[in-house]
Amino acid sequence: MIAIIKYNAGNVQSVQYALQRIGVESVVTDDAHMIRNASKVIFPGVGHANAAMQYLKEREMDQLILSLTQPVLGICLGMQLLCNFSEEGDTSCLGVFDTDVKQFVSDHLKIPQIGWNNIYGYQSVLFDGLPEEAFVYTVHSYFAALGKDTVAITDYILPYSAALQKNNFYAVQFHPEKSGVVGETILKNFISIL
Amino acid sequence: MLTKRIIPCLDIKDGRTVKGINFESIRDAGDPVELAILYSEQGADELVFLDITATVEKRKTLVELVKRIAAHINIPFTVGGGISTVEDVALLLQNGADKIAVNTAAFKNPTLIKELSDAFGSQCVVLAIDTKKEADGEWYVYLNGGRTKTETKTIDWARQAVDLGVGEILLTSMNNDGTKNGFALDITATLSNSLPVPVIASGGAGTLEHFKDVFEIANADAALAASVFHYKEIEIPALKKFLQPFIPIRI
Repeated sequence: MIAIIKYNAGNVQSVQYALQRIGVESVVTDDAHMIRNASKVIFPGVGHANAAMQYLKEREMDQLILSLTQPVLGICLGMQLLCNFSEEGDTSCLGVFDTDVKQFVSDHLKIPQIGWNNIYGYQSVLFDGLPEEAFVYTVHSYFAALGKDTVAITDYILPYSAALQKNNFYAVQFHPEKSGVVGETILKNFISIL
Repeated sequence: MLTKRIIPCLDIKDGRTVKGINFESIRDAGDPVELAILYSEQGADELVFLDITATVEKRKTLVELVKRIAAHINIPFTVGGGISTVEDVALLLQNGADKIAVNTAAFKNPTLIKELSDAFGSQCVVLAIDTKKEADGEWYVYLNGGRTKTETKTIDWARQAVDLGVGEILLTSMNNDGTKNGFALDITATLSNSLPVPVIASGGAGTLEHFKDVFEIANADAALAASVFHYKEIEIPALKKFLQPFIPIRI
């Protein structure tokens, strides 16, 4: 069973709909036992980093997530919370990925970045079978800087980490659940990890 | 590179797709879920569903429709039409909508925007504005599906709403809507060039060039249309192929 972590960070339901569309059953839960025993865990989320971290800490879900040994996929805010630190509310995050989350700054480009952008420089099984520079749907005002865990890159204002990977932790800044056939391929690749 | 978005809009009444000409004389244009699947397969970047049903059964019908859409559609979709409370929005998001669009209720009670962006994040709050250029040359906000004029200028309301937390603006020109004479380039440019959030231009699409103009001249982030897509006067693959040499587009 795939567990989707339920917490105070927006509409985690849409990930479940996406899995349903590719024929994969999942459960949206904040139950520690269910999450620990899931074959895969998805950690989605949109919203504010500080509020989300506070919520996770109060329920000791931060320690739970760090202790997971099965494949974990962070999405959007979920990915940012797996980094060291976020400039959003000067938040100390989970520290799985050795990179910081910074705010986009531009005097001519819109922030948040909303829409379809390319990913390139694939270095993860998540991207198996995708064309070069595949399009994904993304919505964010903060980005994870490039680092040694970067496994895909997107350019907006500057090149940033579109995806990160370390040990059993995988993460994407964009929304695979809303990225059409490309997103479905990425979700299927994650589900297929042994 | 971030691409410009092409967004088909499905006006929904009693669970069917309809399209008015100048906000009136409604014609039936088909099953919304069937159309939505077709559009997403053809390369639409997002979808917008605006519910114009006015009955008490409305909420239930809309939630059922949203559920059906979420079960089939793998691109982002926005739902709007008569949304006036945080509870309305929670219900639609829980049932699979990615964003919601507010219009009249937000104008009458601007704190709704702040409540929604605090509760669900700015990224899922779209402000729909129906606007009309009056004889004095100014663009004013209209409410209730274009039936009620206000004395508020569109740029002022848009600025206030951005400060309150809307993540995108869906701007429909009533002067242009249904005419197929092109988008309202001036007010679209004014909003897009002075606001930090994306602007979706709506109303007036009739030719491929109209889309090119609204992106190149008015700097819109996305362009929305309904009837030209529903009646296959413009097909999305052909539109995107036409635009590709000029602007960043997802193919």
